[in-house]
Amino acid sequence: MGLAFKLIAQRISLGILLLFAVSVLIFVGTQILPGDVAQSILGQSATPENLANLRKDLGLNDPPLTRYFNWLGGIMVGDLGTALTSGANISEAIASRLGNTLFLAAVAAVISVPTAIFLGLIAVRYKDRWPDKLISASTLASISLPEFFIGYLLILVFGVKLGWFPTVATVYDGMGFGDRLNAVMLPALTLTLVVLAHMMRMTRAAILNVMQSAYIETAELKGLSSFKVIWKHALPNAISPVINVVMLNMAYLIVGVVVVEVIFVYPGMGQYLVDHVSKRDVPVVQACGLIFAAIYIGLNLIADIISVLSNPRLRHPK
Amino acid sequence: MNDAHFLDIRDLKIGVTVREPGTPPRDITIVHGVSTTLGKGKVLGLIGESGAGKSTIGLSSLAYGRGGVEITGGEVFVNGRDILEMGRSGLNAFRGREVSYVSQSAAAGFNPAHRLIDQVIEATLEHGLMSKADAEARAKELFAALSLPDPETIGDRYPHQVSGGQLQRVMTAMALCPKPDLIVFDEPTTALDVTTQIDVLAAIKNAIRLTGVAALYITHDLAVVAQVADEIMVLRDGVTIEHGSTKQIIEDPQEDYTQALVSVRSIVHQEKQPDAQPLIRMENIVAGYGSGPDVIADVTVDIYQGQTLAVVGESGSGKSTLARVLTGLLPARSGQISFDGRTLTNAQKDRPLDDLRDIQMIYQMADTAMNPRQTIGTIIGRPIEFYFGIKGQELQNRIAALLEKIELPADMASRYPAELSGGQKQRVCIARALAAEPKVIICDEVTSALDPLVADGILKLLLDLQKRENVAYMFITHDLATVKAIADSIAVMHLGKLARYGTKTHVLTPPFDDYTDLLLSSVPEMELGWLEAVTASRKMESAGN
Amino acid sequence: MDLKTIPLSAWLGIFSTSLFAFAAIFAPLIAPYGLSDVVGDVWEPMSREHLLGTDNLGRDLLSRMIYGARTTLTIAALATIVSFTLGAFLGMAAAVIGGWADQLLSRGVDLLMSIPTLIFALVVLSVMPANILTLILVMGILDATRVFRLSRAVAVDVNVMDFVEAAKLRGEGRIWIITREILPNALSTLVAELGLRFIFMVLFLSALSFLGLGIQPPEADWGGMVKENKDGIIFGIPAALIPAGAIAVLAISVNLIADWILNRTTDLKGGRGGN
Repeated sequence: MGLAFKLIAQRISLGILLLFAVSVLIFVGTQILPGDVAQSILGQSATPENLANLRKDLGLNDPPLTRYFNWLGGIMVGDLGTALTSGANISEAIASRLGNTLFLAAVAAVISVPTAIFLGLIAVRYKDRWPDKLISASTLASISLPEFFIGYLLILVFGVKLGWFPTVATVYDGMGFGDRLNAVMLPALTLTLVVLAHMMRMTRAAILNVMQSAYIETAELKGLSSFKVIWKHALPNAISPVINVVMLNMAYLIVGVVVVEVIFVYPGMGQYLVDHVSKRDVPVVQACGLIFAAIYIGLNLIADIISVLSNPRLRHPK
Repeated sequence: MNDAHFLDIRDLKIGVTVREPGTPPRDITIVHGVSTTLGKGKVLGLIGESGAGKSTIGLSSLAYGRGGVEITGGEVFVNGRDILEMGRSGLNAFRGREVSYVSQSAAAGFNPAHRLIDQVIEATLEHGLMSKADAEARAKELFAALSLPDPETIGDRYPHQVSGGQLQRVMTAMALCPKPDLIVFDEPTTALDVTTQIDVLAAIKNAIRLTGVAALYITHDLAVVAQVADEIMVLRDGVTIEHGSTKQIIEDPQEDYTQALVSVRSIVHQEKQPDAQPLIRMENIVAGYGSGPDVIADVTVDIYQGQTLAVVGESGSGKSTLARVLTGLLPARSGQISFDGRTLTNAQKDRPLDDLRDIQMIYQMADTAMNPRQTIGTIIGRPIEFYFGIKGQELQNRIAALLEKIELPADMASRYPAELSGGQKQRVCIARALAAEPKVIICDEVTSALDPLVADGILKLLLDLQKRENVAYMFITHDLATVKAIADSIAVMHLGKLARYGTKTHVLTPPFDDYTDLLLSSVPEMELGWLEAVTASRKMESAGN
Repeated sequence: MDLKTIPLSAWLGIFSTSLFAFAAIFAPLIAPYGLSDVVGDVWEPMSREHLLGTDNLGRDLLSRMIYGARTTLTIAALATIVSFTLGAFLGMAAAVIGGWADQLLSRGVDLLMSIPTLIFALVVLSVMPANILTLILVMGILDATRVFRLSRAVAVDVNVMDFVEAAKLRGEGRIWIITREILPNALSTLVAELGLRFIFMVLFLSALSFLGLGIQPPEADWGGMVKENKDGIIFGIPAALIPAGAIAVLAISVNLIADWILNRTTDLKGGRGGN
């Protein structure tokens, strides 16, 4: 267990280091580049005095390093600063929106993960026959379809023509779980379709890779039933690559959320980020960017840790 | 049911569907109507070169086709039933109970996620042959019979915690555990080092004798199969060439092909005496990779003009590292190389062009040693162009002359490597080395990836070229038969050190050091009873100690 | 190469990709109406005059699609060129030079890739002036990380082959090794990747324009046209689906070609196939 523990500790510290580097990158990307925040807030007609006052209020006259550590220090205690455009507290604004986004992503994951794994297994079972070919053809189509094509198509068919689901995913505080679920159904389906084929194909590849190992042949030549071959010999070795696939696609899902939220006017992090990018509200963009990156890094980290944990070579060192 | 013929293969035909990207799938027949029978407790050796169809035939006695392989005709009777007619559930009840399988690579054949013992008794439990406790007890007995260390506890380990030679024996125990009538051994010792091979071979033979199981023993090495088989069937391109008792095949082969296989490596090479001055002297060489430990320590060897130094050893002995030091790709940590009486720069990138030209290299895998996007003409011609600045018609003439030297037709120049056979590819690599007109050629396991007869041809060519071009070879190999065939002097390496070094006669004449003795006596000889003789003499020695 | 060995799917891809390219190149000649001409009512259905109907301001949708092809394809192509030249050059250099240069480049790319591309682009676009040059550079540089990883990996694979070592032993220079030994063996993989990167650029640009952060009106590009016409969807007017569908068809077509090139490369890797 010692070796695996060491590796995991190593991965976690690397993840933290990476997150730290990302925060620097985001800060540098938004502060050092051309463009004057004070100018963009006050517009072209601002007087020099007003500009100077605002710069002072925003701390723009401090050296960059000081500003970075002030910003980072704030984040450590949960203070993401205030939005330039509205003066609202960013942490408060994000809290409920982050919840909405995670809810949407979770619904999409609950639908897409079992479906993808099931269909991936079907593709393996019928390798090189029509179900498999259909699946690989649909993958090709699906990685080519833009999110808004799927989204608006679903709105048109299930929202407008059939009227099964609302066309706009409105959620508010105190809404019941059922209503909420109904509201996010179309966006969740869109996200599902976006990641499904990819996840399916990767699951297929991961399982096939295991099924082609020599020890599967050994098991078959022992006269084990197909079920036992898969259950006892393929599955223990396939779990880790499949979980890896799922985690990578979850990370992908988090990004897909941005466009999908705009399509369905869903009050989540993505919508919030996009709104403030066009308003050039840098503190909000920084905060959202960092949170998205943190989730992304976190999911990749979990995938890494699981593959360490499930590797018998690391669990049972020589 | 007839005890004498409990396995009866009749007119077996096997085909494979080849699916290459970009072309429609095509069907190829790889076994053309092979028949044989086997009695209880007998061992039949299936022998042949790659593509002979021996593994496919072996697996057909489990009604199993690997990859796109399909049994297209004939019958396979085991204990009186045609197993090719069995359905899925019938096969599941049959496989692992009446016939079991031992593969070439036990390391890949064991599931990394489960303990060895659970895998060893799995088939026994699956077929309901014994209780779990009985099965485990039998497995431990078998571990002991196969001379595995700690037979009581070795099963509690995971596959990656056990060495390759031990794993191969555990796999044999796994095959024996359900008391099958027949075991198919598919090249079980081929991937092992020669000193490990002999132990595994002895263990397998002992286990076969103790349990009275019948076996199909598949290998490309006639000397190995001669030790364990009662009968031998020689296969070539999916056809039976000759089938007879082991004694008859080894001592009185009837067919030309069998005779060639038996007499392989019978090249007689008259050893040359060292000159006063060596061409190359590698002195007190110490080398290693990156910041790792020393892989070779304090090695001193000489190479003489027009002669062959064979560097022999098992995997991990440092023999290839020594070759890399000479090329300069891995500069020695200390020690020096002198060449023609002057000092050679250690690092390749600092050597003058003439020194680079004088030392050429031939690789083990001819496949990866040639750029697949270049024609044979370009591959051979580039050194001539690069070192001598020859172009145009003169270059074409030189290429043609080189092709003639390696006994290939001149029109090969316009072909691509992928169109050539393994032996032809290795010849092209030889031509590329010769093109530079070097003083020494490093041959790194150049015959290991080839079938014995093809390898023989390459060795003869190399000897012939040495005579004509007066070029020296540094010949890296793990194969002692090759060493005997071509060496003038021999360096035996073990764990990064020189175990023994000198002229061929000196190195191969007793008294030996312990390691050279172990190594030499482990090489299978093509004679009946060799294995017993060696194991008996080793037992006597260890008793004497 | 034999034309007969090209599968039907690849022909389909080649055909429809050329069609899009043709529309983009000759846009002013084949478009029935001008880009910004208001020629009818808002969201007119398909008719003989307006084959695809009209858009949210009463402009001819087909004409805007044709001009949109020009914008979308040009910018995506330029961004692909930036991403490819930068990524492939640095990737191969990192593989062949190795050592600290490789470490520096590879770790830098790891860092850039730890932020999802779209999020990173949004962060950068929030402070950069909104113009086409910015777009091309941001898309190109962010995507170059993917090309870098691939070309480095391919070059590393080839670089450890014995024939490259044989060339080094012969004393060949770095230029010969990259251009004669490595590049010919990496080329088809890179060409297939070129197709995939181009699709990604089309999708990326369209997403940005759809979010209102890419091409700014009155220029027409497909993503922006989806944004302009999206409000029609709730009234059952599918105008937004036409540019969205065009993006999908283009992406599928290029994918089909890339798929075929990738498949073709596997049988050239050497060896004689079969067993």
